[in-house]
Amino acid sequence: MNARDRVPASHIGKRALRAEDVRLLTGAGRYVADIDLPDALHVAFVRSPYAHALIRGVDGSAALEVPGVVAVIDAREMATYVEALRMPLGWPTSDLPPDITPYVLCPEEVCFVGEAVAMVLATSRYIAEDGAALVMVDYDPLPAVSDVHAALEPDAPKVRREAPGNVLREFRVGYGECDAAFQDAPHVFRETISQHRGGAHPMECRGMVAQYDKHQGALMIWASTQMPHELAFTVAKALGLPDSLVRVVAPDVGGGFGCKFVVYPEELAVAAVAWHHKRAVKWIEDRMEHFLGAIQERDQLWDVEVACDDKGVVRGIRGTMLHDQGAYTPQGVNCAYNSSTAVTGPYAIPAYEMRVTVVQTNKIYVIPVRGAGYPQGTFVMERLLDRIAFELGEDRAAVRARNLVLAEKMPYTKPLTARSGRPIVLDSGDYLDAQRRVLEQIDYAGFDAKRQAARRDGRYIGLGFAHAVKGTGRGPFESGSVRVSSNGHVAVATGAMAMGQGLNTAMAQIAAEQLCVPVEAVQVISGDTAHTSMGVGGFASRQTVTAGSSVHYAAVAVAAKLRKVGAIMLKMDESAVCLRDGTVCATDDPGRAVTYSEIARLLRGIPGYDLPPGVGAGLEATIHWEPTDMAYAHGFHACEVEVDIVTGEVRVLRYVATHDSGTLINPMTAEGQIHGGIVHGIGNALFECMRYDDQAQPISTTFADYLLTTATEVPPLEISFTESPAPSNPLGVKGVGEAGTIPVTAAIASAIDDALADFRIRVSRVPVEPVELVRQIAAHEQAAG
Amino acid sequence: MKKLEVGELARISLCVNGAQHAVSVEPRTTLGDCLRNDLGLTGTHLGCEHGVCGACTVHVNGATARSCLMLAAQAQRYEIHTVESLAGNGELNDLQQAFRELHGLQCGFCTPGILMTLTELLRDMPEATEEDVRLALSGHICRCTGYQNIVAAAMRTLESRRAVHERA
Repeated sequence: MNARDRVPASHIGKRALRAEDVRLLTGAGRYVADIDLPDALHVAFVRSPYAHALIRGVDGSAALEVPGVVAVIDAREMATYVEALRMPLGWPTSDLPPDITPYVLCPEEVCFVGEAVAMVLATSRYIAEDGAALVMVDYDPLPAVSDVHAALEPDAPKVRREAPGNVLREFRVGYGECDAAFQDAPHVFRETISQHRGGAHPMECRGMVAQYDKHQGALMIWASTQMPHELAFTVAKALGLPDSLVRVVAPDVGGGFGCKFVVYPEELAVAAVAWHHKRAVKWIEDRMEHFLGAIQERDQLWDVEVACDDKGVVRGIRGTMLHDQGAYTPQGVNCAYNSSTAVTGPYAIPAYEMRVTVVQTNKIYVIPVRGAGYPQGTFVMERLLDRIAFELGEDRAAVRARNLVLAEKMPYTKPLTARSGRPIVLDSGDYLDAQRRVLEQIDYAGFDAKRQAARRDGRYIGLGFAHAVKGTGRGPFESGSVRVSSNGHVAVATGAMAMGQGLNTAMAQIAAEQLCVPVEAVQVISGDTAHTSMGVGGFASRQTVTAGSSVHYAAVAVAAKLRKVGAIMLKMDESAVCLRDGTVCATDDPGRAVTYSEIARLLRGIPGYDLPPGVGAGLEATIHWEPTDMAYAHGFHACEVEVDIVTGEVRVLRYVATHDSGTLINPMTAEGQIHGGIVHGIGNALFECMRYDDQAQPISTTFADYLLTTATEVPPLEISFTESPAPSNPLGVKGVGEAGTIPVTAAIASAIDDALADFRIRVSRVPVEPVELVRQIAAHEQAAG
Repeated sequence: MKKLEVGELARISLCVNGAQHAVSVEPRTTLGDCLRNDLGLTGTHLGCEHGVCGACTVHVNGATARSCLMLAAQAQRYEIHTVESLAGNGELNDLQQAFRELHGLQCGFCTPGILMTLTELLRDMPEATEEDVRLALSGHICRCTGYQNIVAAAMRTLESRRAVHERA
């Protein structure tokens, strides 16, 4: 449909307000914990206090004596409820060994602190917790592996006795003649880099309510999840039910950030108990459980070399990376894969080779958190470029400019493949221009003088910056349905998941654009498997690209049908009518019109009377659009920091960022994604650290120990956008959910280096700990005498 | 207060959002759980249950308090207000409206507690600066917004109230 077929609605690019906000602001949101079913049993899990131990026995008799405790279920009992006690592998691939997933309840050998061994069902959560404390589990402790170095020691104990060793998988990514690039290179620099990311920590923890529906013999589930369809399919398979008998609704979801993008053992356990006992069962995770049992990202240790010429033009990068995967692998090793393929990012690097070892430890398993490995790859690359500039005495911005993929080279095909097997193609954008604009805005040129003036006042300030690209819009598809009901309302349904990003509003804008109705006239239903048979869910900055394109094409199809039937009803030629304000009207006489409501009523049918010929019943379309290429979003960030050399405290004084996220559907919510992403990155750079002792015992399990960034650690964020439309989807959009996070640790590290140049300190690990900076400053001063 | 037998429920009376409620709860029941589970006021959210995240913040006689760190039985003598009390007649108040217009919320889970803290700040510090707002917010964790638009919504509300005050 071209522009003449409809009066342009121009909802795309508008700061449309979100429909859900009125509910959320008045306390009328409905999160999973708010689902209150009569007679529901409440669950508390009995979790392992050991990182590694054999289970000699589980005795629930004392718990069962507590008034209100209804049942204690251990792995032996659970095994009779489910097809297999072992969880299915989330994304089955042939390159992973067998027997690597966790158990619904652990039967024999616990492999991380927090692993669920049994569950107590009671009339309240309070009583369930009383019961859980009384379940006697006889453990026989085994030696535990607390980090990747310990795991790789020749005589290291095994993380799981069943596994052949502690290495889960080794793989190599790369291209070009890397050894040749290093041979005779004028300069080679080596960096060892240690990165840690920590947990996802949405403010709403996990949770599920499952209800047996005795009328339909079906299972109704409400869950705080990023993947309702996968959860429904997994539950159905585990319980031997047809998909159609399991409905999953994700109500208001209080954030995900990756940790709700996996089907958890606890979720299968709750569903299985509800089904087996024909009861409503409710499990609402508390924060302590979230620290223990929800996925994290943790450590990646990189040992990398870069070869370059005298001007800092990179000839090659090579090295090794160790990735801490934890005790199990529920869903593949994409975090490690993404990190290793993301290193070269926006740069044209002739040769690259990274050898990755995915190592198991006695900790909760790793699944990507917002950014999904890209922040680590970016940190490595940007640290190497800063090192080059430092060693050669070249300007940091100039070194980047000499290595960037320039706008005239777009689309630029990297000799690397994404997980789909397709090459990574940087599709659009002007990275160098982004750098130039942001550095001008933050006055990079004038910063030397500012730094020196601050130094004269005894203050240590520095400026740093970094680029990042993120492949967005991961396939294989997302569903989008558009329906015009016989009262003229437009309903959109999608398998994509809203969890705060403004997804529903963006989908409404996309549908309203084609259908020429107000955004508020579009109702969007997401997170309900009863409304869409297929869906993939919310991750990888994918939904506006994939669900957006499906909704777009579905709306285009419905608009075409509206015109066709409207023209029949107006007894006009189709070429003489257009869509306008919820009507189909004569292009040259808007008063001659039929409403969508009238058209939908006609297509609803009247028993005994024929529909208009050749149009078919109903006014709806469903599309499962499949992307061929990912849309690569770009960001360039610059920040100013101050380091207190006495305490080691780092304060971010100014933060400027520009992003190219393609066409913006809703600039207001897109900005919100970047804000949140940056602050997540600040946490990763300076605060967030999931600590374990040498027995793999987690020791940062409250928000007093594990620090999340608060409002006083964040300066006003100065954000801008450019819009280079992505060629690979009809809307030209690029994902925006993770891009803001990716360059932050690198930009802050660069700024800290700059602030502490007098001490020749170079940040090589994140989070940057104040005590470590103080130690390095002291060491430098001691060496300097 | 009469001594309870083991397992006996405490019969308490709470004044919440101007209405008196009689409920029977275990003595250990937190105010947050009581509001949510016994009174059906699920607008108050529990994010950490150890007093750090601030999602569960309510007003106790007009002062902010963590409802996860207070027992329901302790709240009997006081007037409790929750997020449900903010909108009058179904209309968003000025702070809520500013949150909506400036995108001061995303997932909305931390929002009720933040609204209660800002309601107190707006009342007690009409001349609050952006720094004051950030300090007040430092007792809250929001993973979605980066705080930027929360601060903006608070500042807009402060400014519009000051403008109204000056005109009056």
